[in-house]
Amino acid sequence: MTFLDYAKAPESTKILSLRDSYGLFIGGEFVDGHGSSFATISPATEETITHVAEATAHDVDLAVHSARSAYAKTWSKLSGSERGKYLFRIARLIQERSRELAVAETLDNGKPIRETRDVDIPLVAAWFFYYAGWADKLEYAGLGPNPQALGVAGQIIPWNFPLLMLAWKIAPALAAGNTVVLKPAETTPLTALLFAEICQQADLPAGVVNIVTGAGTTGAALVSHPDVNKIAFTGSTGVGRGIAKLLAGGTTNVTLELGGKGANIIFDDAAIDQAIEGIISGIFFNQGHVCCAGSRLLVQENIHDEVIQRLQSRLQTLRLGDPLDKNTDIGAVNSKAQLERIQAITDSGDAEGATRWSMACEIPTKGFWFPPTVFTDVQTSHRIARDEIFGPVLSVLTFRTPDEAVQKANNTPYGLSAGIWTEKASRMLAIADQLRAGVIWANTFNKFDPASPFGGYKESGYGREGGRHGLAGYLHSDSAKGGGR
Amino acid sequence: MSARIVVPKTYKLFIGGKFPRSESGYTYEVLGVKGQFLANAAKASRKDVRDAVVAARSAQPGFAGATAYLRGQILYRVAEVLEGRRNQFVAEIRASEGVSESAAEKQVDRAIDTWVWYAGFADKYAQVAGNGNPVSGPFFNLSTPEPTGVVVTIAPQGEKGESLLGLCAVLATILASGNSVVALAHQHQPLSAISLAEVLATSDVPGGVVNIVTGDPAELMPWLASHQDVNALDLAGAASLDWVSFEELAAETLKRVLHPVEGIPGFSLERITAFTETKTVWHTKAMG
Repeated sequence: MTFLDYAKAPESTKILSLRDSYGLFIGGEFVDGHGSSFATISPATEETITHVAEATAHDVDLAVHSARSAYAKTWSKLSGSERGKYLFRIARLIQERSRELAVAETLDNGKPIRETRDVDIPLVAAWFFYYAGWADKLEYAGLGPNPQALGVAGQIIPWNFPLLMLAWKIAPALAAGNTVVLKPAETTPLTALLFAEICQQADLPAGVVNIVTGAGTTGAALVSHPDVNKIAFTGSTGVGRGIAKLLAGGTTNVTLELGGKGANIIFDDAAIDQAIEGIISGIFFNQGHVCCAGSRLLVQENIHDEVIQRLQSRLQTLRLGDPLDKNTDIGAVNSKAQLERIQAITDSGDAEGATRWSMACEIPTKGFWFPPTVFTDVQTSHRIARDEIFGPVLSVLTFRTPDEAVQKANNTPYGLSAGIWTEKASRMLAIADQLRAGVIWANTFNKFDPASPFGGYKESGYGREGGRHGLAGYLHSDSAKGGGR
Repeated sequence: MSARIVVPKTYKLFIGGKFPRSESGYTYEVLGVKGQFLANAAKASRKDVRDAVVAARSAQPGFAGATAYLRGQILYRVAEVLEGRRNQFVAEIRASEGVSESAAEKQVDRAIDTWVWYAGFADKYAQVAGNGNPVSGPFFNLSTPEPTGVVVTIAPQGEKGESLLGLCAVLATILASGNSVVALAHQHQPLSAISLAEVLATSDVPGGVVNIVTGDPAELMPWLASHQDVNALDLAGAASLDWVSFEELAAETLKRVLHPVEGIPGFSLERITAFTETKTVWHTKAMG
C-alpha cells in the first residue's frame, strides 16, 4: 500500500428510506400516473434504486392545471413575505436533510459523495435561502415598476446537477410568485421526488410545486402545453433550438441554458500549481458533465510541455471508483448512452490525428466509467475541439499571443464560460472584456453562487440564472416593451 | 426666362459606410401619397444584405470597444447633424407621407430627441443593468451587460409619422450599447432613411456600424433571420409580415428576438438591454 492508496471509506446508504416506487407529485400529493413506470438505476453498479412513473401528456395537463389553480387561488394571493417564509423553510429543511440528499444524489447520478456533500447540496440550500429574501423585495430588483409573476412555469432540467438545477429553477420562480411544473431528467429523478416530500414537510400550499417524471415526450408535452406562461430549460443546444422554434410567435417567456465548449486559457505567467488544479476542476469536476466545463485548454506555447507533464502527473493521483466512497474524485458516467457518446467522440479524436492520454486506473466491472483523458496535438477543426463532449475529456490547443488566445477561445458557436490564468490583472481584465462568454473565471473555475448570474452568449442560450438577473426571467413589469425575448 | 431644372438625388443603399447601388441592378419606384413619382430606390438583394452583415460584423468590435462616453457623443452628434438638416427631412416626409408641415416637423423633432435620449444612456445603462455580486467566498464578482453583436431590425412601416422616427427609434436603442446593425427601411417611404444614412455617414458613426437597406422586407428577412453571423432580430416593424416564420428561422442559431410593436417603440431601457448579454467575471482575492 503506497501513500496514495486509501482504505475504503464508503458513505452508508442507511440514511435513505426510499419507497419501492414513486408516483407523480401533483396537487401536493403523490399520485399514480396514467403511463408506465421505469427504473432509475445507479450508474456505478447498474442496480435498480427505485421505480418512477412516466408522466403522459394527460398527467402533464393535470399538473399544469394544478399549478394554475394554485397560482390563482393561493400563491398569487399570498404576500411576498409569506411566500418568502415558505422558501426559507425549504432552505432549512434541505440543510437538515442534506446528508440524505447527498447520498441519494450520488446513488442516482454517480457523482462522488464529496461533491454532492460539499458542493451540490450546500448550494441547493443557499439558492433557496437567497431567493427567499427576494420574495418581498421584488420592486427593489430594478426590473421596472410593479413587477409581477408570469403565472405557471414549466421547467425541464438535466441530469448533471439534478437537485441543484431544480433549485436554480424553482427558487427564483416561487420567489417571483409563479407556480411550477418541473420535469427532472429521466436518469436522475430521485432527489426531485425527495424534494417533493420536503415541500410536504414545509406545508407548501398544494399545487405550487408539481413534479412530473419522464423522458423527452413528457418534456415535450410540458413545452407545448397552452396554459404554461414560462418555459425554463437547461439541456442540450439541439433540444433548445427545438423549444425556441416551437414557441416562436407566442407569448411564452423562454430562458434556455444550453451547451458549451469553454476555453480555459493558461498564460505563461500563471501560478502553475493553481492553474493545474483549475484545469482539473474545470474539466474533471463531475466527470466533465458540466455545460460550462473548461473542455478546451488553451495553453501558451512555451509552457505547453510543462503544463501537460504536470497535469498528467497530478491526474494520476486522482481516484476513480465507488462514488459513495469519501475518497473518490472521479465517479461514474451518468448513463450508458452518455458513455457511448463520449466513446464515439473520443474515437473521432484518435481518427483525426490527436494524441490520447488516459489516466491509468482500474475500471470497475459494473457500471459506466470513463477515465480522465487528455488529448494533445489537437487542431481547432477537430471534432473534439468543437463538439460538446460532456465527459472527462480535455482537448489541448496552444497559442502564442493574447490576441490568438482570444480568437481561438471565441471560435465556437457556444458562449457559456471561459477561464483565464495569469498573474497580471490588467491582462486578465482586457481578455475578459473580449471573450464572448457569459461567465469568466479568472484564476479559478467552476464556481457557482446564488448571488451570481450565470448563462450564455450565442448558441449557449439566453437568460440568466442566479442573482438579481435570475428574477428577470420570472417577472414582467409595467415598463416592458416589445415582448419577445 | 425658363424655370431652373432641379437636380434630384439618386437614392442608394448604405453599406459599410459607402453608398452602393444594389448589386442586382434592381430598383423600385417610390411614390408619393397621390401616386406621383418621387424617386427610384435601390431594391436590395440577398447578396446586398449579406454584404451588410459582413460590414456590420467587422465594425462591431471596434464600436463596442470604444468608451461609453465616446459612444454617447457619437449618438449625440447624430442629433446635432439631424437638427442642421431638418428642412430637408421635413420636405421628404411631407412628400412621402402627405402630412402637414407641422406634423412633419414634429416627427423630425421627436427623431432628434430620440437620439439625445439614447445618447445619454450609452454610459449609464451598464450601471443600471449590471451589479457586483456578494458571493460567499473570497472572490471579486461583477456582472455587466455587453452588446449582443450584430442586430437586424425592421423599421416601423406605418403610413404616417414613422418613416424617419421609426427608424431612429430602433437604431438608437440598438446602438446605445455598442451593437452594429443592419436595418431594413420603411419599404414604401424609404427616402428619409437614406437621407438619415447621409447624416450617419457624417456624424462620426464608424463605417459599417449602421447599414441601411431598402427593398422588400418579406423577401430579405428570411436570409437575415437564418444568417449564421447575426445575433439578434428586432422585428419592430414586422407586424404585417409573416414574422413568426422569421422567429422560427432565428431559432436555428438561437438568436435573440424582439416581437413586433404597435407604432413606434417608446423610450425604453428594456429595449436597450434586450440586445445585451450579461457577462459575470469572477476573480480570486488574496493578499499574497
